Amino acid sequence: MEVFLQQLVNGITLGGVYALVALGYTMVYGIIQLINFAHGEIFAAGGYMGVILISWMVAQGYPPFVCLGVALVLAMGYCALLAMAVEKLVYKPLRSSSRLSVLLSALGMSIFLQNGLMLTQGVYDRAYPGEMVQGGFEIGGAVVSYMQVVIVGITVVLLVGLNFLVFKTRIGKAMRATAQDKTMSALVGINSSRIISLTFAIGAALACAAGIMVGMYYGSVRYDMGFVLGVKAFSAAVLGGIGNITGAMLGGLLIGMIEVFAAGYISSEYKDVFAFIILIGVLYFMPTGIMGENVDDTRV
Amino acid sequence: MREPILELKNVSAAYGRIKAIKDISLVVYPGEVVSIIGANGAGKSTTLMSISGVLPLTGGEIYYDGARIDGIAADLLPARGLCQVPEGRRIFPRLTVEENLDMGAFFRKDKAGIAHDMNRVFQLFPILLERRRQHGGTLSGGEQQMLAMGRALMSRPRLLLLDEPSLGLAPLIVQQIFRIIREINEADGVTVVLVEQNANLALQASTRGYVLETGNVVMEDEAGALLANPDIRKAYLGE
Ligand SMILES: Nc1ncnc2c1ncn2[C@@H]1O[C@H](COP(=O)(O)OP(=O)(O)OP(=O)(O)O)[C@@H](O)[C@H]1O
Ligand SMILES: [Mg+2]
Repeated sequence: MEVFLQQLVNGITLGGVYALVALGYTMVYGIIQLINFAHGEIFAAGGYMGVILISWMVAQGYPPFVCLGVALVLAMGYCALLAMAVEKLVYKPLRSSSRLSVLLSALGMSIFLQNGLMLTQGVYDRAYPGEMVQGGFEIGGAVVSYMQVVIVGITVVLLVGLNFLVFKTRIGKAMRATAQDKTMSALVGINSSRIISLTFAIGAALACAAGIMVGMYYGSVRYDMGFVLGVKAFSAAVLGGIGNITGAMLGGLLIGMIEVFAAGYISSEYKDVFAFIILIGVLYFMPTGIMGENVDDTRV
Repeated sequence: MREPILELKNVSAAYGRIKAIKDISLVVYPGEVVSIIGANGAGKSTTLMSISGVLPLTGGEIYYDGARIDGIAADLLPARGLCQVPEGRRIFPRLTVEENLDMGAFFRKDKAGIAHDMNRVFQLFPILLERRRQHGGTLSGGEQQMLAMGRALMSRPRLLLLDEPSLGLAPLIVQQIFRIIREINEADGVTVVLVEQNANLALQASTRGYVLETGNVVMEDEAGALLANPDIRKAYLGE
């Protein structure tokens, strides 16, 4: 029972982070039907920007929460700009090309960004400052670290904020309108280029927050951390029904849970494999995902 | 002579290598209802999409309100009062009725004015009020046409392009739609360009008409004269 509870806590922590990254895949897919392979690298870049900013601020003696808060905001802004630049320079010129061309350029962008990280930040793990958030408490035999509380808290705030943005604000309506019919949205005066750019920015900001939290959670970042996590988050998006916002959140949570439980009860050696198995299984047996087209309220 | 609100001068447009309209010239004066009639594939929708800036021209010029508008991005035109209800209505299927209407006023920032106009749309089409929290995609064809018209009105248009508003609708609904076209033309002074398969209906509601055949304007006249023309009666009015 304690083990179960412990896995549950860990699964929620991890699943929330996957959900944040999955949203970027699903929103970009929803609006331009592109699987943005470079999204995992934005996540990694966020993790790095986080460690750079936090290390520097901790060294200046600022309190941990100030460091974390400021780093989150700045790094999210940085990643949003990075993703917008990638979209503008690499994807936008290919807007009227075949989907395969764009897909391949996304793949190329992923390799380019990953190598960029490697060349500028080195090939070794880079550690997050250890003294950021310490301690924890126990419930029912499961240990909940304050770090997990902070991570889950930030995740919840971001997920609620995103839902509000997409489903309650005018700009969110315009995003969904653009995803549903670009010609018609132009006819009502929506500039779809701007909306697409914004979608990339939002997805990137969420992935960046996830990168920082993964870095804090595991204690370090590495230039290639975006690859495996990207596949897991993409699996989550597919599991939830690609293009579906609620689906991406649920899918992320499920993948996180499955990974943690499989690692606990089956084998931790193979924990990364389960996301791949789920991806293949979902694509094979229910390609529209759990929130498929029939229960589609929250497709963008 | 009044200044035209819309003028097309020798406009051509193509889809890739397929030339869809060739050398089309037409003029619309403020307050008019002008019909464009023609068979399937004649280029009616293409003409409207060219005016709205969705389809780039391969030749010619378009003037709206005295200024040249060809080459201007489509999304800038609604704010200038030029608005289209496209063929097939193109409701945003997963936005609610209310959200669809709000998107019609996307470029507007005057909250009170938007709320006022939405009430007006609900008065014109009471069924939309009942359905306001429902997804657009779940409405019937007639309701979708009303929503599409309502969405266009939310932009407070001065020139409204309507592409086959009667398509696939029951006669009673068609009557209602045409009554409202007349009302917004007469009461609000909205100029209307009306594309229709149903030439009889369209010409009866119009001041003037243009006849399109395989991408060319082959005739233009007062609506009454076109209705009386034996060739037109034979070709488009099924006699
Ligand atoms: N997206 C497209 N790609 C290629 N050709 C097109 C496209 N849309 C229209 N066409 C062609 O352009 C010509 C004019 O089409 P258009 O849709 O303007 O006709 P229309 O008069 O509106 O006909 P209908 O009454 O059937 O709506 C047709 O020959 C059509 O096949
Ligand atoms: Mg047509």
